[in-house]
Amino acid sequence: MPALQLDNVRKVYQSGDEEIVALDHASLEVGDAEIVALVGPSGSGKTTLLSIAGGLLSPSEGRVVVAGDDISGYDPKALTRFRRDRVGFVFQSVNLVPFLTARENLLVVADFNRADRKAAGARADQLLGELGLGRRKGNLPGQLSGGERQRVAVGRAFMNAPSLVLIDEPTSALDTKLGEQVMELIVSEVRARDTAAVIVTHDLRMTHYADRTVHITDGVLESSG
Amino acid sequence: MKVAMLELRRRPGRFAPALVALVLLTLLLLVLGGLLDGLANGSTGALRAQPGQLLTYSADSKLSLVRSHLDAATVAEVGRVAGVQQVGGLGVVLLGAKVPGRSDEANVAVFGYQIPPRGVPAPPDQVGDVYADRSLAAYGVQVGQTLEVGPGRYPVTVVGWVRDTDFLLQGSLWGSEATWRAAIASARPDAVLAPGTFPVLTVVTAPGTKPTDVAAAIDAATGGATHTVTRGEAVDSLPGLRQQRSTFNSIIYTTFFVAALVVALFFALLTLERIGLYAVFKAMGASSRQVFTQVVAQAMIVALVAFVIGGLLAWAASFAIPPEVPLQLTSARAVEVLVGLVVMSALGSAISLRRVVRVDPASAIG
Repeated sequence: MPALQLDNVRKVYQSGDEEIVALDHASLEVGDAEIVALVGPSGSGKTTLLSIAGGLLSPSEGRVVVAGDDISGYDPKALTRFRRDRVGFVFQSVNLVPFLTARENLLVVADFNRADRKAAGARADQLLGELGLGRRKGNLPGQLSGGERQRVAVGRAFMNAPSLVLIDEPTSALDTKLGEQVMELIVSEVRARDTAAVIVTHDLRMTHYADRTVHITDGVLESSG
Repeated sequence: MKVAMLELRRRPGRFAPALVALVLLTLLLLVLGGLLDGLANGSTGALRAQPGQLLTYSADSKLSLVRSHLDAATVAEVGRVAGVQQVGGLGVVLLGAKVPGRSDEANVAVFGYQIPPRGVPAPPDQVGDVYADRSLAAYGVQVGQTLEVGPGRYPVTVVGWVRDTDFLLQGSLWGSEATWRAAIASARPDAVLAPGTFPVLTVVTAPGTKPTDVAAAIDAATGGATHTVTRGEAVDSLPGLRQQRSTFNSIIYTTFFVAALVVALFFALLTLERIGLYAVFKAMGASSRQVFTQVVAQAMIVALVAFVIGGLLAWAASFAIPPEVPLQLTSARAVEVLVGLVVMSALGSAISLRRVVRVDPASAIG
């Protein structure tokens, strides 16, 4: 069973009388434990595809199946539950909660899930330890370096043991060296957990970390390799 | 919820503007409420303490304790009405009192009573002996002291304290019928009532009877010469009390409304500022309810903290306020302010609900 399957997905936005096609009959399959890089210029539909795969947006047409569940017809409540239970996000601007420590940033996910606090605490400690942040778990984001913040964001994405991790431009704000380190970290964490991942990037130098690269232009998935 | 608490703890400065505004509003609410309670209790204590469920006035008195007078025949008639268990005369005269060692005079209400009000012992046997309300201690009155009341300087000796029995904001002195008649005779000889005549009767109804039915029966039995009302109605009919209450309550309710507006505006701005953060929460699977609960929880906690600080300030202020200002901080008023403030804060923060619901989780990406 593929981790993610998009069948003829179309997403159309209305702007006045004009229709803007953000995704045009996009079909994509991401296998279990596969890492796919999604590459394309600004405005090509990368973010829309990621949002639809993560249940942040509903498609105008087509089918979205995540780990066997067709989420295309989910209502907003069901999509909220889906995001809480099944996917992990690493946001472009990291988006850590500034007044929470590294550990608490991971526990937020468990709070939303009403998970057992003790078990959640143990998982957060384990993830932070694996990410090399065991000694920094009590620090606020403002007290962490850019790379450390990125690692916390990665830990947060894995907190709910997702079947699919969606990563948005993880290196856009980093220099090449740090970008390489972050990508290595993400890939090693994804592989260590046998999780599927879609990584959106405009930086072609980062595509070699993925098993496969998919190009998107004007909402059309063009090629893969 | 935990996130909301942690933000309050780690970023208290962020909530300072709302906190300061709510502290000042709490202080205002407690002082206004305290003044209202002080004024009301200082005006009504003597009537509230009456043991009878009913008070009988003369029909032409307009329920004024000072204007009313019931002759001995009417008093006897009232005592014979079915449902009346006990009748006692009650008289009052408002005078100035010279307190030993003080140059100024204290305003006092000298009562003569037959049935002891709640908290007041039986009338002293000795003519001239009185129980004084504890509020007179602020004017230097002490037990064992002899005060000179009225222009005739009638001497009354304080033999003990009673509480919460003041009348029309004057400290009360409770003596026998003979003491009250002697005080009137000394101060205003023209106002002396004939023996057996009283301004008002306090009427204890028999168990199992309905006080309002007994009141109607009394007024019927006296051929309309009396106007009998319940204790509560008698209290409400005191001059200016209703207007006083409605004026203060209008200010208090307006202040609660302002508190709700302050919270609404503050949290609306805070929500606007946090739309990005809420989008991230929603993208991670938080429901609108979970996000909104945080907003409401923060508003309620800020209100609670503001109440504690404002309460302490009001308590401190009560010591600095001169004794003639009738400020009375009661626990009932404090609970009312606390509940009102927390509820208005919750309602105020609810203004942000629509905005929270409309936060698009997709905006967390890109």
